[in-house]
Amino acid sequence: MPLALLAVDVWREFQVPGSGLGPDPADELVRTLGTWGLRILLITLAVSPTSRVLRQPRLVRFRRMFGLWAFAYIVLHFIAYLAVLAGFELATIAGDVVKRPYITVGFSALLMLIPLAATSTRGWQRRLGRRWRMLHRLVYPAAVAAWTHLMWLSKGGFMDPFVYGAILVLLFGERVVARFRRARRSPG
Amino acid sequence: MLIRTADDIKPSEITPEHVYRSRRRFMREALALTGAGVALPAAALPGAWLDERSVLPGAPLDETMTSESDATSYNNFYEFGTDKGDPAAHAHEMTIDPWTVEVSGEVAKPGKIGLEDMLVGIDLEERIYRLRCVEAWSMVIPWIGFPVKKILDKFEPTGNAKYVMFETLHRPSEMRGQRSLFSSIDWPYVEGLRLDEANHPLAIFAVGMYGNLLPKQNGAPIRLVVPWKYGFKSIKSIVSIRLTETRPVNTWNDLQPREYGFYANVNPTVDHPRWSQARERRFPTTLFRPNWIPTRMFNGYDEVAELYTGMDLSRYY
Repeated sequence: MPLALLAVDVWREFQVPGSGLGPDPADELVRTLGTWGLRILLITLAVSPTSRVLRQPRLVRFRRMFGLWAFAYIVLHFIAYLAVLAGFELATIAGDVVKRPYITVGFSALLMLIPLAATSTRGWQRRLGRRWRMLHRLVYPAAVAAWTHLMWLSKGGFMDPFVYGAILVLLFGERVVARFRRARRSPG
Repeated sequence: MLIRTADDIKPSEITPEHVYRSRRRFMREALALTGAGVALPAAALPGAWLDERSVLPGAPLDETMTSESDATSYNNFYEFGTDKGDPAAHAHEMTIDPWTVEVSGEVAKPGKIGLEDMLVGIDLEERIYRLRCVEAWSMVIPWIGFPVKKILDKFEPTGNAKYVMFETLHRPSEMRGQRSLFSSIDWPYVEGLRLDEANHPLAIFAVGMYGNLLPKQNGAPIRLVVPWKYGFKSIKSIVSIRLTETRPVNTWNDLQPREYGFYANVNPTVDHPRWSQARERRFPTTLFRPNWIPTRMFNGYDEVAELYTGMDLSRYY
């Protein structure tokens, strides 16, 4: 949905500059893609806790779909940054990734998500077995890195990082509690 | 061709200065025409005082003007929120009439003065300036204003005065950003200049732009414009001017001293810790033509260099 709306905006921008995305369309496009990438990543992380709280294990089926959508937004976010903000200038991009901590941390989140997207199929899940679970725990540091990316680029107003940070803490907290309960239930 | 460079912009696309400068005259005449039968008194219009003043034409700048709609809808004015669109959406909640400015500190004649009284005997001039934001975007804006020095001289700074401190209106009831729980800013917003910087002929107080009174989101009714410094130095909606002997605090420097200095001169060789200052996106900017241009030292206002002779500008950023 957000992607469709954004596509309409980009199309309008193509027809009449300034009509779809406001006075600073490049920044707006990159920002919107990034914001939705983070939001959908948080939704992905909310799937398992929700299924536990509602006792609906079947909900977990949707986790892969959300995860792949989050990945798609984040990849588009990165491509949009490369294209409309950095203008595909390699020196600028390399300098940004190395010198600007918020870009370094955002880029590392993207790198961590690549193997997860690549091994998201049932086939890979079977082939990796137990190691698949281990590998996919990478989503936690990736989410923290994505949040840090937002936090470090915020300036003066901290409402968004606060809200997303609180959600992240909540989702992590639920996992700790769930794990603690499991450990108590199983003897030894 | 999809992506155009600055060279591709046809001269016909640039609004000639006399066109928009004459717009105010045009509007006045149009009003006079329509008002002929209705007998609408000019004084009934809010802020009509500007119409009764003549404005000295400014030196043209050989660069494309930023559109009035961009300059009035894309603003940093955290008193109304941190999004660029927040000021245009919420600044109408601020009342600016009446408006008084307090002048205090190291002056022979301190006092509170109404804005209109403050402007008595001061010629209004147009100044077409580049505005470079610390966030690496820039605009070209035709201001209406007058040199800061003209106001300061009225209050007679004493020999002790070495700095000028400015303060923005603090009125949380009308400025929703000041009510925000998530703002790290210690209100009111404050800024400062060295007295010799404030006295430089390029430093102005603006009361209008694009031939009209200053819109609220741009810092009505009176703001500072220091074109060789990053935009955050050009403090908006000023209620207090204080001459001091010691260097005053400025909000962003206070918040993040490593990122924002006191001087904040536009300088392509000193990067902001989080981004490069070597270039800037000049409005109008589009998705397919971002309009990146190299940033110039002192934003291209080389004549201010003499204010900083012998200073290490990478240290005093």
